[in-house]
Amino acid sequence: MESKKQWNEGANSSISMVNYMIDDKETKISALIVDDDAIIRKIHKTMLERLFNIEAKTVRDGKEAVDLCRSGENFDIIFMDKEMPIMDGHEATKHLRAMGVKSIIVGITTRADGKDKEEFLASGSNHCFEKPLDQAKVEKVLQEHGNFSI
Amino acid sequence: MLGLGADLLWADMNRLLAFLFHQGVLDEQFLQLQQLQDETSPNFVSEVVNIYFHESEKLLRNLRALLMEKEFSDYKKMGIHLNQFMGSSSSIGAKRVRNVCVAFRAATEQNNRAGCLRALEMLEHEYCYLKNKLHELFQIEQQRALAAGVRYPVQN
Repeated sequence: MESKKQWNEGANSSISMVNYMIDDKETKISALIVDDDAIIRKIHKTMLERLFNIEAKTVRDGKEAVDLCRSGENFDIIFMDKEMPIMDGHEATKHLRAMGVKSIIVGITTRADGKDKEEFLASGSNHCFEKPLDQAKVEKVLQEHGNFSI
Repeated sequence: MLGLGADLLWADMNRLLAFLFHQGVLDEQFLQLQQLQDETSPNFVSEVVNIYFHESEKLLRNLRALLMEKEFSDYKKMGIHLNQFMGSSSSIGAKRVRNVCVAFRAATEQNNRAGCLRALEMLEHEYCYLKNKLHELFQIEQQRALAAGVRYPVQN
């Protein structure tokens, strides 16, 4: 049977390229999913792990994300929901940047009107997408930051 | 090779899916969910959708309870419930439910109680329709798996 790497070398899709890049590294890309919705946590975690070979952790609100990073955990990418109890995504992003967190932060919102996007970008996130977070949006992030160190 | 029964059920499933896409009940996000289902998690879609049903019914009860309050004024709380409903609906590909949530949220932002009541009725209707159709889809899928000789754990 062909090895995964051989198959990836022959494939053109960006997912394959991402997997190929990851296979050649000693460590996987790591991601944190921050969302108060159990459905979204489950879908995003499964998508990142299955389609992109990304190691994903989940937390339920912005405060948990801040506490986790403060405890010394590092993530290459943080997928941050906007509306959450205790601490929302915009506040959490500000805290993380103030702490010196260098992760790629991707804001996720239910609003298409641009207000949330402005807030997210102003607070230090790299991207902001409207829900749902799908394969194409994750690919876009990975392609734009293909050179980030992991 | 699948048995004839399994082939026919596969065709039924695809017909129902095509119908739901054509009606705008589902969108391509639902197909992305199906891509995440494999032999290691053969019930991924129905598991996610069952959580969605459970959470949605809670949200609908909360929305109705808020609107039925005599001195109703908590539009902000309704907006929070609707954001959650919108997020989960768009994540499973429930396009029409999500679109009703958008209209409902607009009514809450205008403090329009009559508009909220109309939107809630429409939301309950769309949600029930979606639930019935997805149950139908999962039943066909279950029958197809049995006809093909695949043993998956039964979802309630």
